[in-house]
Amino acid sequence: MINVKRLLLDVLKPHSPNALEFARALAETGPDYRVQVKVLEVDEKTETLQVEVAGGAIDFERLHEAIGQCGGSLHSIDEVEVTGGE
Amino acid sequence: MNVLGQARLWLNLTRSHGIARRYFVVNGFDGGLTMLGLNMGFWISDASDLEVVLNACLGAAIALAVSGVSSAYLSEAAERRKALSELEEAMGKDLGASAHGRAARWVPLLIALVNGAAPLLISLFILSPLWLARAGVALPLPPLLAALGCAFFALFLLGVFLGQVSGRHWLGSGVQTLLIALLTAGLVLLLE
Repeated sequence: MINVKRLLLDVLKPHSPNALEFARALAETGPDYRVQVKVLEVDEKTETLQVEVAGGAIDFERLHEAIGQCGGSLHSIDEVEVTGGE
Repeated sequence: MNVLGQARLWLNLTRSHGIARRYFVVNGFDGGLTMLGLNMGFWISDASDLEVVLNACLGAAIALAVSGVSSAYLSEAAERRKALSELEEAMGKDLGASAHGRAARWVPLLIALVNGAAPLLISLFILSPLWLARAGVALPLPPLLAALGCAFFALFLLGVFLGQVSGRHWLGSGVQTLLIALLTAGLVLLLE
């Protein structure tokens, strides 16, 4: 069984929801997710975030969907940590 | 998420709490003052037919509600569409399926309902003594005077609500709107 343990994402999102609400929305997509959001750049209507998600088995599709629901756009997957089980 | 949670999320996303509150007060005030003016007019004319008074006031209340719903919906829908399209341009993607897209479709309707319900509900409250009198309930005051009392009370409460919103003392704010109501009544009395 291959599990995604950590993802580092580059995300563009509108100002609303704010970083805290956005992190909460992402954390709600998994039972044990730890989400860390860092605002890298703020423009007139958008902000660029570095989002780190860690968990036992990250469901990337659900995470991607939650980003879209918040009006965000996934620009790139910058780091990935995956474990392979027996 | 339940309906209230969704509505809160949409209002939050579009930062529309303040707009809904403002519409509630502005159109509620319109409804209260219109009913006050109408009832004052009937009172100084010595109108005794409650059916006529009620129908005239109810007609005005319905017109205010329809005007409130339609005007707020048209203006808010245009504003939300513009804001969404600007956001889509900044994001470089279609946000129709996101919470922002749903908020842009539903928030105008929510605000329109608030804008229409405020004058209707306040008017129905002010008209309640007339209904009670028509139903044969004995009132301590003549029905029109009781309705005028309800109008002053409703407008005072709107002031109290405004005071709470702004952080001012509730009594000062309530007295302020009450004075506006008294001024309106005084102006109508000049017709006599």
